[in-house]
Formats: sequence, C-alpha cells, structure tokens
Amino acid sequence: MAMLEIKNLSVVVDGRQILNGLDLTVEKGEVHAIMGPNGAGKSTLAHVLAGKAGYEVVGGEVRLDGQDLLALGPDERAAHGVFLAFQYPLEVPGVATMTFLRTALNAQRKKRGEPELTTPEFMKRVRDAAGKLGIEQDMLRRGVNVGFSGGEKKRNEVLQMALLEPRLCVLDETDSGLDIDALKVVADGVNRLRSPERSFVMITHYQRLLNYIVPDVVHVLWKGRIVKSGGPQLALELEANGYAAYQSEAA
Amino acid sequence: MSADVTPIRTAAEAALASAFAAAALPGGAAVARERQSAFEVFERSGLPHRRIEEWKYTDLRALMRDAKPLAPPPDARAKERAKAAGAIVSGVAAHRIVFVDGSYVQELSDTALEAGVAVMSLSAALAAGQGIDGRAVEGSGAADDPVFALNTAFMTDGALIRVARNTQVAKPIHLVFVHSGAAATATFTRSQVVVEEGAQLTLIESHEGPDALDYQVNAALELNVADNAHLEHVKLACEGNGALHVATLIAALGARASLNDFTYTLGGAVSRNQLFVRCGGKGADVTIAGVNLLRRKEHADLTLVLDHAVGGCTSREILKSVLDDESRGVLQGRIVVRQDAQKTDARMLMRALLLSQEAEADHKPELEIFADDVQCGHGSTAGELDKNLKFYLMARGIPEPEAEALLIQAFIGEAVETVRHQGLRDALMFASGRWLGSRT
Repeated sequence: MAMLEIKNLSVVVDGRQILNGLDLTVEKGEVHAIMGPNGAGKSTLAHVLAGKAGYEVVGGEVRLDGQDLLALGPDERAAHGVFLAFQYPLEVPGVATMTFLRTALNAQRKKRGEPELTTPEFMKRVRDAAGKLGIEQDMLRRGVNVGFSGGEKKRNEVLQMALLEPRLCVLDETDSGLDIDALKVVADGVNRLRSPERSFVMITHYQRLLNYIVPDVVHVLWKGRIVKSGGPQLALELEANGYAAYQSEAA
Repeated sequence: MSADVTPIRTAAEAALASAFAAAALPGGAAVARERQSAFEVFERSGLPHRRIEEWKYTDLRALMRDAKPLAPPPDARAKERAKAAGAIVSGVAAHRIVFVDGSYVQELSDTALEAGVAVMSLSAALAAGQGIDGRAVEGSGAADDPVFALNTAFMTDGALIRVARNTQVAKPIHLVFVHSGAAATATFTRSQVVVEEGAQLTLIESHEGPDALDYQVNAALELNVADNAHLEHVKLACEGNGALHVATLIAALGARASLNDFTYTLGGAVSRNQLFVRCGGKGADVTIAGVNLLRRKEHADLTLVLDHAVGGCTSREILKSVLDDESRGVLQGRIVVRQDAQKTDARMLMRALLLSQEAEADHKPELEIFADDVQCGHGSTAGELDKNLKFYLMARGIPEPEAEALLIQAFIGEAVETVRHQGLRDALMFASGRWLGSRT
C-alpha cells in the first residue's frame, strides 16, 4: 500500500476552485518534489494535507496508509505522522520553544498510546537535534520563532520535524527566503531524516532546492492538477524551459 | 443651566444609611467624626452609576441590589473554615496575617515577624484610641470616591504595617482575607502599609470566599513607599462566584521609590479594583499590571489613576482581560502628567482576549499631559485568538483545547512577567492554568 494516496482531489478556497482532480501517489521512503508556477495550487495542497480550515474539499480523497486523512483534525493528522513545514513559520510570543516542543511531542505520544518522555530524555533529544542544526540553547528558551531570522525559523521547523519523527513530511517552499548557506543547513537537516520509513512531499518554485535534496520523483502542478511526472531531470528541464510548454498545452 | 436632582435612594443606599445610623463602630471621637464626614461624602453622591464618568462601565447602583448586614466577628466554626485560605499561593513561604469575615484572627496569623517589621490590627489601634493616617488619601482622587468613603465610614479591621528604615524583609507578608460563608454579610477592611526609607517588602493580598453566596467586600489599602524604598504588591481577588468585591488602593511614592503592583481577578460576580497611584518624588518607578480572568456573567473592572506629580519618573502599565462566555472586562487607565513633571516616561497597554461572541471588553485609556518634555504612550486592543497561531500549534499535534490554553497563557504571561517574585509568578500562572483547564 502506498503511504500517501491522493485521488481526484478538488478543493475550493474562497469560492475559487484551486485543486482540480489532483492525483498523487507517494510510496514509503520516497521523496517527491512538486513544482509549478505561482497560483498552480502548491500551497493549497500543503495546507489541505495538514488540515487547515478554510479549504473546502469538494471531491476526491486523501489516504495515509489507507486511512482517510480528510476525516481527521490537524492535531490528529500530526499524531498520525503528518508534518507540514511552513513556508512562513509563525511567531508565538510567550510560548517558549521548549514548552512548545514538549507539549507537541507529549500530545502526539499520548494520542498514540505511548508514555510521555521523561524530562532528561526530552532534554537530551532536543539538545542532540538542536546541536546538529546549529540552534543555540538560548533560542530554545525564547518564544517560538520570536526575533528569529528567516533562516533560523526554517531551521526551527526542521528541528520540530526531527523531534516529532513524522512519517510524511510536507515541505512548503522550504527554500524561500534562504541564502545559500542557510539552505544547505536546512537541506542537510532534511537529508538526515530521510529513511525507508519516511516519505517527503517537497513543494517548491525553483529547482535550486532539488540540488540539495534530491528527489525520487518530480511532478509538475499546473492549474490544480499534476500534468507531468518524471525523474530529477524533469526539474532541470523546467529550470531551462520554464512552464511555457504547459501554457500552450493547456491552451 | 444645570439642575441638581437628588435621586431617589435605592434599597441598597437606604440600607447603608440605616446600618450606619445603627452600627456601633469602633474608635474614639475623632474617628467617629471622620466616619461621619465620609458617610456624608457618600450620601451626597450615593452609589456611583453610569453617568459618573469614572464608573461609566460599572454601574454600581444597578449592580448592587442591596446592602448586606455588617459581618459579625467570626465564631469558632467560621475560623475553622478559614484555615485553608490563601492556598493559591501556598508555594510561597510568607508571614500570614488572616482576616475572617473582615476581622483579624490572631490564632490563624503569624505574630512573630522579622525584625524591623511592626504589625498591628486596625481594630486594636481603634480600641487603643488611635486614628488612621489620612495623608495619602488627600488629593489622591480617592478622597471623594463614594466607595472609598463607605470604607472609611464602616471600616472595622485591617492590617497596619510599618517596615522600618533600610529593612529588607526577606519573607513576603501575606494578608489573607476570607469570607467564611456563614451568611451573606458585608465586610469593610482598611489596611495601611508604610515602607520607610530604603526598606523593601513583598506584600501579598488575597481575597476569597464560597461560591453561590452574595456576600459583599469593600477593601481599602493605602501604601506609602518612602524615598528609595521598594514595594511589590500582588493582589489575588478570587472571590466566590456570587460575591461583590470593591477595592480601593491608594499609593504614594517618594523619590527613587519603586512600586511593582499586580492585580489578579479570578472569580467574583462583580469586581471593581480602583488604584490611585501618585509619584510624588523624583525618579520614582512604577509598574502596574493586572489580569482579569472571567467567565459566565462575571464583571470585573480595573481602573487606574496614575498621577505623575513630579518629574523624572517612569511608569509601565499593562492591563489585560481574558473574557469567556458572557463576561465583561473593564480596563480604565488615566495617566496624569503635571506641568512640572518633565522627563516623565509613561507607557500604558490594555489588551483583551475575547473567547466568546457574547463577551464584552470596555477600554478607556487616557493621557492628560501638562508638561512638554515627556515620553508617553498608550495602546489598546481587543480581539479573539489568532486562528493561524492555533493552526500552527495544532499542526504539531497539540489538541485544540491545549493549543488555546497555551496561547491564552502566553497572553496572560506578558502581564505576569512583570511580577518580580518568582514564586508568585509561578502561583499566578498555575492558577491561570487551572482556570483554563476547567474551561468547557
């Protein structure tokens, strides 16, 4: 069984249809990149997978390991192993990163019937994961993302991903706003998490990210549907020729 | 042309008048005269109502239907019930001074205090023929307030505390006020705290009582913080859900003195905390913070008048309400900067978090600036929980109620952070967490 199976998904936002019968199958352990021009529906796909309110599913289905994902709330999806790395991670003043991480981790464990982590065990995991990403202890004591640079926010997303150990990671424009050094740190963090048990859906506008996180499959998203799929070389073709070919195809 | 119309007395006003005429109140002739003139102040205006600007959002004439009889001194059973009072700050080691139904109870109080700290009950002072020092009241804005006037007219007991010059009091002093619930009665307590030059004190004040009983509390506290002295005052108003709680705080600060004040209201049917604070010495530093945590039909009003009478003083005000169900939170703050108060630095922030469509927040920030070289600002916001933040937390696996609780605690935390005493900060956050945990 595929880990993620999206069939004929149609989604309306503010009265406008954004996704138009989208099909996508991601096998266990695979990394899929979804590329497309602005307005193709990339971020909508990411938000629908995570369960954000305001996205009306008017048709189709999404299954994670055979389970109907659309029937679950955002927190339940997270407990089932879905993780969305936000394009614009939010600042949460007054909630220390440590508190946030611990609350999230224990809530997920509780929902899965696992015992809560002891404080020393939790601290150890955070320290290890933060150390690998170059995140200072001082940043963990501050409010979530408060006063963080763009790069620090993205690193913090990867830290959360590392700690929560999701099965399906959805990366929404993880490369946006990053300089090349920050991009490398983030990409290394993601690459360390690749495993035969974990799948990735990477949403990106540019090919650049795919130099650092090499996908198994590349899809072209156009007007709310996957119109072409291929290997990593498809991304290079897109970078060279743009999306013009699909423009004429659609016309 | 204006016409003074003497309004018809309400049932509560009539009951107060007959109680005042009939009561055998403690104190000598001078105190009796003071009571009489205070009651006359009250009689001239009656209970404050919505046409009185300061009471616009808390129409006491409508909210206070009747006046309860004066509470009798507590019997053994009442004292027994009061034993567990003040548990909200049980994690903080403090000298406890306990008042049950408005009367000092020696056997529940700590009598051996630190060197340099003198404590006497108001009842003992009155019985000994002493009066009360009214200097802080004059010109404070409380002088003609009808609710404070009622307190002066009826005051029966309270704590008189004096911290001697340069004494650093190690353990906080905790004034515990508890209503025993024996009957729906009224209490009038009046306390005075003097922190002499260079001394330092942490003062906790807690109020509580049983639910489902419409008892009435009128409490007043005068704080005198002398030159170079420091006082932290944390008040926890956790009255029962039927109670009426009106409280007046009058504070006067000397040069380079500091006052760190926090008012926490959780519970009570109707609460009014009015603070009159005066920076009377150069270089004084004031922080006034407060949180109203309300649900059902609870109404809480936090009203501050801050008088920058001299220059070079700094003040920070951060007042917050968290409003669930049909509750109503009132925040009023008036900062006055007198003509001579140059180089004043004053900032006031009011924020309300509305957790329900039916809740109401009323904010009135005011600046009255007569000096020309000052930095003053105020801000006021009211809104609901940020949906995007909530989604961010939920997308990490945090269930909705916990996500909301985290965000609400963060909102409260911004005000609680101003409290310097760590144990008190923890107690405030713990109590807030419990409140949030009991949300339905």
